[in-house]
Parts: sequence; structure tokens; C-alpha cells
Amino acid sequence: MQKIIVCIKRVVDYNVRVRVKPDGSGVMLDGVKMSVNPFDEIALEEALRIKEKAGNIEVVAVSIGVAETQQQLRTALAMGADRAILVQTDAPVEPLTAAHVFLALAKKENPDIIFLGKQAIDDDANQTGQMLAALWERPQGTYASKVEITGDKAAITREIDAGLETIEVDLPAVITVDLRLNEPRYVKLPDIMKAKKKPLDVTSLDALGVSAGQYLKTVKTEPPAQRQKGVLVKDVAELVGVLKKKGLI
Amino acid sequence: MHKVLIIGEHDGKALNPATAKCVTCAKSIPDAEIIIALFGADTAAVASQAAAVTGVKTVLRVDRPENEHPLAAIFAPQVAALAADYSHIFGPSTSFGKDLMPRVAALLGVAQVSDLMAVESAYRFRRPIYAGNAIVTVEADASRKLVATVRVASFQAAAGGGGAAVESKSVDAALPTHTRYLGTKSGSTDRPDLQTARRVISGGRALGSAENFKLLYSLADKLGAAVGASRAAVDAGYAPNEMQVGQTGKIISPEIYIAVGISGAIQHLTGIKDARTIVAINKDSEAPIFEVADVGLVGDLFQIVPEFERLVSG
Repeated sequence: MQKIIVCIKRVVDYNVRVRVKPDGSGVMLDGVKMSVNPFDEIALEEALRIKEKAGNIEVVAVSIGVAETQQQLRTALAMGADRAILVQTDAPVEPLTAAHVFLALAKKENPDIIFLGKQAIDDDANQTGQMLAALWERPQGTYASKVEITGDKAAITREIDAGLETIEVDLPAVITVDLRLNEPRYVKLPDIMKAKKKPLDVTSLDALGVSAGQYLKTVKTEPPAQRQKGVLVKDVAELVGVLKKKGLI
Repeated sequence: MHKVLIIGEHDGKALNPATAKCVTCAKSIPDAEIIIALFGADTAAVASQAAAVTGVKTVLRVDRPENEHPLAAIFAPQVAALAADYSHIFGPSTSFGKDLMPRVAALLGVAQVSDLMAVESAYRFRRPIYAGNAIVTVEADASRKLVATVRVASFQAAAGGGGAAVESKSVDAALPTHTRYLGTKSGSTDRPDLQTARRVISGGRALGSAENFKLLYSLADKLGAAVGASRAAVDAGYAPNEMQVGQTGKIISPEIYIAVGISGAIQHLTGIKDARTIVAINKDSEAPIFEVADVGLVGDLFQIVPEFERLVSG
């Protein structure tokens, strides 16, 4: 094992309550705090733990997006990634385009593992890792809650609807991570200073030979239907009475 | 005419009800012919269940030993090969479908519509983004194949009683050997399946321990309900991961959802907002769960739940 790539997305911070623009053209993003997609932080943490255990592994953080995405890559470098690559573009990037970009980087870098979060908390697509694995013609281990590397194989425990499934894959492979894989470390100030000196290369879709295809057109964006606030009951007897009357129990 | 291929989900014995929900979704595509494909080692039993779903024209059985376990890397090339004859390829938005369908889409060189919640036309759909805080309407190119995962909480299961034809189908696709199934661990239970149960009781961090979750199991058994848990309760080890309800767990639409000691984080509410009636039991009257609950009771769950059980037993 020599190299791990971790794919990182710049998204609206987890704590921001997203609101829809009144004209339905999208969500309000002006002045909103942006962060590393939380699932991608878990992906990076796992790569760093593998590196710390095995040593002599290079961890490369990669991202696609606007120039400001460098901030999120600096965070990744401060957490412990060795270097970073930004594929800079102002165009919206759909999952299939992202998968093609990561494929181009995989062919250049030849990593043993590519880690991603299982989904990004903005578009909630849950596609990029699986698409990348298909294009790269390599195994996928999605929704990982445990990853064990032995030689050129990985045993991956996956959180599925029925419980926990374990699969074994040959490396190189794509692994997408779930919430309970680990708890990402906090970044310390000296690490932030050190991260400023680490290499961050900026490249483009053109340089990688990928076009920003538009596959799905977003016609409009609306707020979700709201549930009406209901009634409070005073005790258990009244609760049971209400539910029986509604025929629910 | 549109030809919709639905990838059926099953465990070798039973057809997952998510499949019949995908059929309902497919029925709302104008002028649709609906075919279910089943991949497995022996899908005979499951095929007869799938054939009974009304609205289905044909059930295709793709049986081969490599299909014994639902590995996306094994299924995807077969689905992609089968897709040649279809305009739409649907799978459920379950861990099975979410794992498989994007791999199929990439092999076909097309995008995927994730968590399809409403059909506006054959190529225009609605889906949630930002954990359900916004709903987008998206349009796909009608000249290309449309791959989607169907948000099963948005659709009722199509009724039984149908009589679709069942055919065996051999698919010519080279299968990789780089991915191997080792096993699945699940807490076996006699309670109804969480994803399809009509009644669900869920517990949050306020339960305080795995031991205290027994209060909920006991009440659930009286009510014939499934038991779920909030992410906080699962993270704390009070309940296994397959019980998690919410954005990153299961998204459910029972007739009644009883939230016990759950404050109602946005990611939890995303998983339950299609429930017909939400009941909240919480000691904090300011908890956000009360904003969406149809019926709320403020109080100590350790007194309320046993009393609830006594009253429904009597």
C-alpha cells in the first residue's frame, strides 16, 4: 500500500439551516458558512489512521469546485493529508462528471484506495463513489463502518438495511464511508500553520480531459410541505383515547 | 411507449415490499410497460411473489450462482446489459438500490435521479436535497436512458392479486471476481420490518441504555409495532444500526410513528415526515419534535411508556 486518495466536497456547513430562494431558482448560499462535507472528513480520518498504522503511505486530498475550495483542502492538509489537488471549475459538477474527474486522477496517481463520503449533505445524491468504481472497473465498498486492510485485500463491514454486511475486495478499490466508521480528529493550530506549506496543486477539467456534462436540468427549487403542529394531551389516558379514536391502536 | 425495468429486491425467500412501491412509482410514468428483474441464485419463490404485484407485465428471472448475494459489482454489468431494451431503469432507494443503481448508471453513461419522490412526466421528477429542506424538480434528456432510485416512503405498495408472466432470462455479461461476500450480521427479531411496518415506536438518547430500550420492545409487542431509534441512540450503542431512522438511516412512512425521548433533530425528522400520524413523548416541551407531532405528551417517558402499555393491554 503506497497511496490513498480522499475525495472532498465543499458544502454548506452542517449547522446551517438551508432556505429556498423566494423565486425558486435555488437555495440561498450568499454569505453562508462552507465546510468539508462531514462524511468526507470521516473518509479522510480513516485514510490517516491507515497511514499512521502502516506508515509510508501518501494521503492525497482532492476536490472539484470554485477557487475557494482551497480552504477545504487546507483543512484536509491540516488534518494530516500530505498534499492536495484542486480541479478548479465554476460550473456545477454532477456526480457522473465528478466520477470522471476522479477517474482521470486515479489513472494519473494509481492509488490503492480511493475514499469518499457515502454522500454529500447538499445534493444527497449518494452516487459518486459507485460511479467512480464502475468507470475505474474496480470494487466498491459502500457505507463502510469498519475497514481492515490485509496485504492487497480489504475486508469492509457495510451498514445495510438488514444489519452489518462484510465483503472482501481486492485492492485497488473505492470505499465510501458511513457515520460510525470513526470520529474525525480536531485540527490544532500548529497543524494549520504547517498545512500552509504543504503542496496544493490547481488543475482544470480541460487539463484532465473531462467535460462538465449537464445531465439533469434543475427546473425549480421549492421548500418542502410543512406538517401542521398538532395538539398536546395532558396524560397517557388521553393519549391512548385519541389514538384509539383515530383507529391507530 | 415507455418500458420500465425495476430491479427487484429480495433475500432469496421474500420479495422486499420496496419493490411493489417502485411499481406504484413506475405506474405514474405515462404509458408504461413494467418489467421486474430478479437477480439471484434461485429466484423461483420470489418470482411468484413479484408476479402477483398488480401492474407488472413480466417478471424476468436472472438466476446464476454468482448472484446469490446482492453485490453491486456483480449485478451492475448484468443490469446494464439487460437495460438495452428499456427506457427507464428503477431500483428502490434502500441500501441495496443505493449501492447498485449508480454503478449501473455509470456503466450506461447516464446520470441518476436519486430518491425520486414524484413523477411529473416521463422525464421530469421531484426529489429532496439538503436533507429534505428543499425539493427540486429535475428534467432529464428524453433521448437517453433514465436511471433512478425510488424514495419508497413516497409511494404506497402496489396491491397483490396480479398475474404477470415469469420468464427465465440469461444475460451475457462478464462478471468480476474482485468482490466477495463474507457474511451478514443482523439482530433477528419477530417484530414487523421497520421499513414497512404500519406502526413504529422509536427511542432516542433519553432512553439512557440498551437495557431501557426493553420498555419500547415490550410496548411494541403489545401494539404489533416495529422499533426504531434515533442516530444519537444508535451512536450511544443503545440500539443496532439497522434500527436507525432518519436521513442517514431508514426513511419510513408508517401510519403511526411514536417518538419516545427523541428531541427531533432535522435529520431525524427527514426520516419520518411521511408518517401519517406522529406522536411525541418527551420531557422537554420545547423539543423540536413537538413542532411536527400531531399528538404530543410532555412528561417522563419512564412513567409514560409503562402506563401506555398497561392501558393498551387492558
